[in-house]
Amino acid sequence: MTVLDIQGLSVSYGTPRGELRALRDVSLSVPERKIVGIVGESGCGKSTLISAIIRLMAPNARVRSGTVRFNGQDLLALPEARMRGLRGTEISMVFQDPMQTHNPVLTVGRQMIDIQYRDKRSKADKLKRAAEMLALVGIPDARARLNQYPFEFSGGMRQRIAIAMALMARPSLLIADEPTTALDATLEVQIIKRLRELQDEIGCSILFISHHLGVIAELCDEVVVMYAGEVVEAGSVRDVFHHPAHPYTRALLECDPGHIKEKTRNLPTIPGNIPDLVSLPGGCIFADRCPQRHDACTEHPVMSEASAGHRAACHLIKAGAPA
Amino acid sequence: MSDTSLPKPRSEMGETMHHLLRDPLGLVGLVIVTLIVGSALLAPWIAPYDPIAMNIPDRLQGPSAAHLLGTDQIGRDTFSRVIWGGRVALQVALPTIGGAVAIGLILGMAAGYGPKWLDTLIVLFFDTLRSFPTVMFALAVVALVGPSLNTVILVIMATSIPTYGRVVRTLTQSLKEAEFITAERALGASTLRIMGVHLLPNVLGPLAVLAAMDIPTVVGLEAGLSFLGMGVRPPTPSWGSLLNDGYSLIRNTPWLIIAGGIPLILTTIGFTFLGEALRDVVDPKLRGKGGK
Repeated sequence: MTVLDIQGLSVSYGTPRGELRALRDVSLSVPERKIVGIVGESGCGKSTLISAIIRLMAPNARVRSGTVRFNGQDLLALPEARMRGLRGTEISMVFQDPMQTHNPVLTVGRQMIDIQYRDKRSKADKLKRAAEMLALVGIPDARARLNQYPFEFSGGMRQRIAIAMALMARPSLLIADEPTTALDATLEVQIIKRLRELQDEIGCSILFISHHLGVIAELCDEVVVMYAGEVVEAGSVRDVFHHPAHPYTRALLECDPGHIKEKTRNLPTIPGNIPDLVSLPGGCIFADRCPQRHDACTEHPVMSEASAGHRAACHLIKAGAPA
Repeated sequence: MSDTSLPKPRSEMGETMHHLLRDPLGLVGLVIVTLIVGSALLAPWIAPYDPIAMNIPDRLQGPSAAHLLGTDQIGRDTFSRVIWGGRVALQVALPTIGGAVAIGLILGMAAGYGPKWLDTLIVLFFDTLRSFPTVMFALAVVALVGPSLNTVILVIMATSIPTYGRVVRTLTQSLKEAEFITAERALGASTLRIMGVHLLPNVLGPLAVLAAMDIPTVVGLEAGLSFLGMGVRPPTPSWGSLLNDGYSLIRNTPWLIIAGGIPLILTTIGFTFLGEALRDVVDPKLRGKGGK
């Protein structure tokens, strides 16, 4: 069963310079009870993708084509009221900066009671449920802490509260938008561990957005690599990380400080910049920065299978070059 | 150990009072405000004389045991008139501020959260109202429809709406972009819910402070208009008309001016202190930093 199935999604922003094609023909799917990671550098369209899934897009954004199917129903065609009904119950979200995701003037308890507004239960029941959720994400002395304000918690605690709030209604899909980027390394490990446990316990799927390869490798079952608004590679974490088929993925992996064995003063980088999304070059979007560029690259590559369940958009795969 | 007993969450109101009472400035403000509001509410019982009863033989007396603040040119008891005057002052100030805050709140939130065209329209409305100088506007309206308390209330209310509306609009605009609002939307909150549950408590604090500090201004305006003979009609006592009476008699007796001026000063001090203290108290982050 696929929880989330995105096919051929293209999203553009209207800008004074012209149409900025932020997402082009993006397809990916999140299977039931699986954690799928999306990785890519800033500006690759990760945030646009999320906003399109939960339909909270910027006013100047427009879906040009494609479908977003969630448990079979097309989210893009849903009336706004139905969509709102899904948010927080079936699809939930955790944001990047835990210091900003809570209402500063309401106690955590009030906010957690408030998000249960759809339930016709007594306030005491809701409070009890809030305390249970806090305990579940590992906040000690949960009941007493419900009376505290967000600023009385540390960043890691606040992110756990955000996770507790997102999972309150036991959604079938949790979207996590770089939930550990604003935290330090030890907290990152804790949150990742906790997310895995919770996913197992609640039985939801997670779409995990990050630019941190180590976290993706640690947490996810599958990974989707995005570059400049396109999916360039997708497959199981093992395949993509051990046998990257796309030159961009290889370059990304080489740049990961965790992979560097020798002592160096200069961390490796990928030369060049992301192409201008308003006036896109023809052919492969990575061609300008690609070390393995050849004649075929003037044509836009299609996703092709490198091995079973492992696909990448590169001409080298068809040519039979060693991946 | 009974882990089922939940520490009772203190209500927002209780929390505010608790912190207010620990702030010396807030305490002083609260005492003065209570004194003024209390005496105005209890005027019929605590005023020793009828405020409009004339007693010509006792006219223009200085303070005495019989007349604590003396009497005016037709022998009315000044102390009684001060107490009843407070009633008039609050009768003007509270509906004026209340109405202006309510309308400003609704319009400001609609402008800040709503679509651009609505914002433009409401800001235009605010600017139009704001361009009238309050006193001149009031004088013009009074000249047209005749002096009355209700006219004064309506005019001051209309010209104060933009003050509140603009603050609410700016706060709403900055909050709208806050990540916690996006987070709430991502968890399924509707527009009304976001406005009512999440924006309102964030806006209400600063607004309460502004309103508390504005009460003396309105009281002063009412006194000013009554002083000019454009507010309450004689013989209804008002601090402004006390000043007016006293002004022409200042060579005979300074008591009327003093009696009319002191409550005005006290009102200003009381509500300003209260507003200052409220500002620190309504922000949960600043709580507990003041007097431990």
